[in-house]
Amino acid sequence: MFVLVVGGGKVGYYLAKELIENGHEVVLMEKDRARADQIADEIGSIVVAHDGCEGKYLGEAGCARADIVAAVTGDDEDNLVICQMAKHHFDVRRTIARVNNPKNEDLFRHLGVDEIISPTRMILGSIEQDIPVHELLHLAALGEGELEIIEAQLQDGSPAVGRPAGDLAMPEGCSLFAVIRDGVATPLRPDMTLRVGDKVIAIGPSECEALLHEQLIGDDPEAVGPRR
Amino acid sequence: MKIVIVGCGRVGAVLAESYDAAGHEVIVLDVSTRAFDRLPAEFRGSAVRGDGTDEDTLRRAGAAGADVFLALTEGDNRNVMATQVAIEKLEIGRVLAKINDPVRAAAYAELGIATICRTTMLADAVSGFLGLPPSGIPSMIAPRDGHHGTHEPLGSAAGAATSEEA
Repeated sequence: MFVLVVGGGKVGYYLAKELIENGHEVVLMEKDRARADQIADEIGSIVVAHDGCEGKYLGEAGCARADIVAAVTGDDEDNLVICQMAKHHFDVRRTIARVNNPKNEDLFRHLGVDEIISPTRMILGSIEQDIPVHELLHLAALGEGELEIIEAQLQDGSPAVGRPAGDLAMPEGCSLFAVIRDGVATPLRPDMTLRVGDKVIAIGPSECEALLHEQLIGDDPEAVGPRR
Repeated sequence: MKIVIVGCGRVGAVLAESYDAAGHEVIVLDVSTRAFDRLPAEFRGSAVRGDGTDEDTLRRAGAAGADVFLALTEGDNRNVMATQVAIEKLEIGRVLAKINDPVRAAAYAELGIATICRTTMLADAVSGFLGLPPSGIPSMIAPRDGHHGTHEPLGSAAGAATSEEA
């Protein structure tokens, strides 16, 4: 298989190396001449020292006959353009892009990039598994931090579930003022019955956090666990 | 009109100033606040520091609902990505990307983005000054039917824009 790798950073370098070891034909494009020379010294003259975003050089590197183009530079915009040029201008069958900003993933997919690899998302995924969901989220601190705005997502086992908001015993100086239900934020009325999944927004002195936690999350140790 | 300009370089700043003076609502973004020094003191639009390829940044700057989106940074790819975010995420109908690589400029016009290419524009201006024939490559290309659908070219269309067929 002929693979065109664009971007000679660590990812591109090891990718090219592994592919060659597995018997594939590889061309690596790296626009920095010094870096390109260094890679060529180590893994052979498969390196094109030109910018893989430029149509002319993509063509010269053999993009039109590539089976796969892998865009692995450190810049999302470059990787997008490389894949789009390969796909739409050179009719490459399969394009792979490295994406750093997880928010760009669906845009890339929508714009025709076949495969998206997001290191940020992968690491994020691993970390999130270890973050308990039953915590209060600090949205903002007001003034010198005397008052805080806090979000709590109601789970099974929360003492607030099934009760009207006005019935909750709020700590001194704390109040609940909004709820986000099914993605829609509305002001919280005292007669509104709270449900599992509601995100309740509260304001109060920072020292009341433990009490808020007790009221909104509950103190059942069984309920606290890692997110899966 | 509400006009978003990404990149407050010389061209971006000149356009921001003149559209603002003409009474349009102008939002100009740049990653460097120093770039805003190019704007005149009487500029009434908003100048926002931030990455114009980032959807969140654009929304925060108030770009949603704009009539026109111009990507004029020094990076071809940044311009390409910014305009595609504008089309796909913010659903802005009229977009223009400055793309200085003529191959990329033509390719993106086919994908539905109006492109302007300084390389061919300058080359043709120089040739014209010398009385030599132009390159024959259009420097401003109106978008063709593409993945994004059609978007009208800017600047009272026919006059300023040169379609590839023309």
